[in-house]
Amino acid sequence: MERVLFAVTAVLALAGGVGVVASREPVHSVLGLLLVLMSLAVDFLLLGAQFIAVLQVIIYAGAIVVLFVFIIMLLNVRTGEGARTPRVVPPALGIALSAVFAGLLVAAAASGAGQAASVGADFGTVQQVGRALFTAYALPFEAASIVLIVGMIGAVALSKRPAPWGAPPDRRGEGRR
Amino acid sequence: MSVPAPFYLALSAALFALGTLGVLVRRSALVVFMSVELMLNAVNLTLVTFARVRGAVDGQIVVFFVLVVAAAEVVIGLAIIVNIFRARDTVDVDDVDLLRG
Amino acid sequence: MTYALWVPLLPLLGWAANGLWGRRWGRWAAAVVGCGTVAVAFALAVALRLALGALPPEGRSLQVDLYHWFGAGSIDVPMRLLVDPLSVTMALIVTGVGGLIHIYSVGYMADDEGFARYFSYLNLFTAAMLTLVLAGNLVVMFIGWEGVGLCSYLLIAFWFTRPAAASAGVKAFLVTRLGDVGFLLGIFLAVGIFGTADFGVLTRDAQARLPLGGAAATVLCLLLFLGATGKSAQLPLYIWLADAMEGPTPVSALIHAATMVTAGVFMIVRLHAVYLRAPLAMEVVAVVGAVTALFAACWALVENDLKRVLAYSTISQLGYMFLAVGVGAWGAGIFHLTSHAFFKALLFLAAGSVMHALGGTTDMREMGGLARPLPRTAAAFAIGAFALAGIPPFSGFFSKDEILSADFHDGHIVLWAVALAAAGLTAIYIVRAFVMTFLGPPRPPADRAAHAPHEAPRIMAAPMAVLAVLTIIGGVLGWSFTSPGALDRFLAPVLAAGAGPVPAESTQGEGLLVAVSVGVALVGLLIGWLIYDKHAVRTGSRMIHEWLAHQFYIEDAYNALIVGPVRSTARLLAVFDRDELDGAVTGLGRTIGRAGRDLSHLETGYLRQYATYVLIGVLVILAYWVSR
Repeated sequence: MERVLFAVTAVLALAGGVGVVASREPVHSVLGLLLVLMSLAVDFLLLGAQFIAVLQVIIYAGAIVVLFVFIIMLLNVRTGEGARTPRVVPPALGIALSAVFAGLLVAAAASGAGQAASVGADFGTVQQVGRALFTAYALPFEAASIVLIVGMIGAVALSKRPAPWGAPPDRRGEGRR
Repeated sequence: MSVPAPFYLALSAALFALGTLGVLVRRSALVVFMSVELMLNAVNLTLVTFARVRGAVDGQIVVFFVLVVAAAEVVIGLAIIVNIFRARDTVDVDDVDLLRG
Repeated sequence: MTYALWVPLLPLLGWAANGLWGRRWGRWAAAVVGCGTVAVAFALAVALRLALGALPPEGRSLQVDLYHWFGAGSIDVPMRLLVDPLSVTMALIVTGVGGLIHIYSVGYMADDEGFARYFSYLNLFTAAMLTLVLAGNLVVMFIGWEGVGLCSYLLIAFWFTRPAAASAGVKAFLVTRLGDVGFLLGIFLAVGIFGTADFGVLTRDAQARLPLGGAAATVLCLLLFLGATGKSAQLPLYIWLADAMEGPTPVSALIHAATMVTAGVFMIVRLHAVYLRAPLAMEVVAVVGAVTALFAACWALVENDLKRVLAYSTISQLGYMFLAVGVGAWGAGIFHLTSHAFFKALLFLAAGSVMHALGGTTDMREMGGLARPLPRTAAAFAIGAFALAGIPPFSGFFSKDEILSADFHDGHIVLWAVALAAAGLTAIYIVRAFVMTFLGPPRPPADRAAHAPHEAPRIMAAPMAVLAVLTIIGGVLGWSFTSPGALDRFLAPVLAAGAGPVPAESTQGEGLLVAVSVGVALVGLLIGWLIYDKHAVRTGSRMIHEWLAHQFYIEDAYNALIVGPVRSTARLLAVFDRDELDGAVTGLGRTIGRAGRDLSHLETGYLRQYATYVLIGVLVILAYWVSR
């Protein structure tokens, strides 16, 4: 059963990946990405990472993908990737390098990972991950929260429209006591 | 764990390589960004796999943090892309070449 | 007794304070800080003197250890001060006379832009000199030795925008440095022989470790003496002192008359136990001293610059001090050091007053007739002159006479005769200086005729007055012809290792000697007066005059034989350095620059190309990894 599930998710994930990379419309790429994310969520479940699987769906599929869609909509992007001279990176080179890369990585992966350990029923549960997060990894946890705050502030700061040149600052409130 | 680890790892490797391909070949900034997300996910799969193999939940913890960072990164990255679009009316990665030597 | 630490420390703090904030504080505050530190140091020195007096004579030697500085193997060098009659005497001179000169300087330098800088340097000098005299071992003394050398340079070249002053400062520093090499080698040798640099050990073990008249003792003493000739301006390293007069006059008074130049004499007295083991070295010291005394007196005779006359006079009087210690009359040497400090400082301050009145000139040919407008200055100069010439009852008479008598009684008749001749010349040249400056018709150059010279302000006159009094009564320190004087008695425990010849001879013989020396002095004064005031006698040939004016061409010989070749070598090396070495460095720089420019072509700005490069790098690493 597990093997079937894995085979299916693997095929779907690869298809989605190709979709991301090869689609002409950005929206199609987003859909491909979504496919990959969901397949991987299932794989996480197969590997006993329940909490992570749920997080994957919520954060990645639920927030990040939505964000991508919003931006595509906002920018009204057309992928008119016409030819460009001179070529910055010949596509052939890119494909070749990636193929070599894939080969090497798979070779590395295939060299075995050893016997799988046996795990208890509570492996990867919210309780277990939560316990680890709040004890052993408490400091990175706090740091992560700061990262998120910085991200928010950064996004807000970056999105402000700059004032037009020469516009006088708004001084309506001044002079009042 | 009836599916041996190398299979998961091979899938992860393939996804990573696909992501790399996307970064190298595509010109739309958005697609490049999505390829990067693809790579991050491949790494997440590797981490979870090894967490399962070793029987330690630490790998999943790391994935947690990767998620957090990826989220923050996407937010800021997209904000930057929006700004560039406002300034140049393009999201073509090759048009952003002012930092040349 | 640990408060002895504050004697050198206070002026050091004054240096720092005035150096950092003196400019901001303004003149009044800078002067208060500068003079105050030395004044308090003087009070502490007096306290030390009284504390020593309360102890029994044998116990008047106290070591004050501040901290352990460094040690190497079996050799230990602590930061140690030695409080004993000798060091306290010197400390009193340095802080006392130094303090008076600080006060004088407030008036003299009142209009100078670098007022605060001046006082900070002066304080630094005082601190270094006090370190030198209070040192408990040779290494600490060397710290002070180098420190005063540095301050001498800084103060000679105080008006560094004047080329003459700048080069005089460099000359002083380099020449004394040459002597310092000898001093340093001497320290090394001493540590090698004794295993330590401590004065107590050196004094105690000198007899045991140094065979009498052996090579070790002789070489050691001569090396140290080389340092002394540099610092105290004796042959062969005297050449810097006359040029050092480019500095402000109070500096000349303090450093080049009363204190720094006496360091060599002090050092020999401090190490008298060692010197007693090398009779040959002592002979050398005495001969060098006597010859220097005579030569310098000759040169002072033909100088036209008032300060240079006093400079050569200082060299000459230092020669007397070395003559004294060379024959073993340690107490006499220190006594002359003390009285010389009084009257020479007085002479210099008076000269400064003259310069201050005339707007800066020192050429005596342009002076004359200043006795009427500057009566107090003239009186001060006259008092100093009498003391210098050795006329009783001034202090100079007593101290100089003690030296002459020691020479005679020790059998050094030749040296006695040389010293006596120098004394005669001394009287002549100082009368000449007085006459040219203060008597006769005024001879100012045309542009100055309008200015009426004015007497010195109170702040400058008061220290002169104090010094004048000290000059007059200072003889009391050594007054006695048959038994050791007060100073000698005070210093006796320090000099117990071998006190010099005590003039315990018959009073009658003594009286004759005194009469001879006084007679020579009076005759000298008379001759000088006749020649220079009354113009009653025609003076000698042109050729002799030229020979004297160029100081026997000694310095010219140095320039030709030493300075010239060194300069040529330096120029050669400079060219080599510029062309070869610098060329290599700049060439390297240019190559790297070119490489950088070529490499910068890699930065195209295209994100995808960068990503490609990264990927290639990763592939290389990965391939290597996988293949293992």
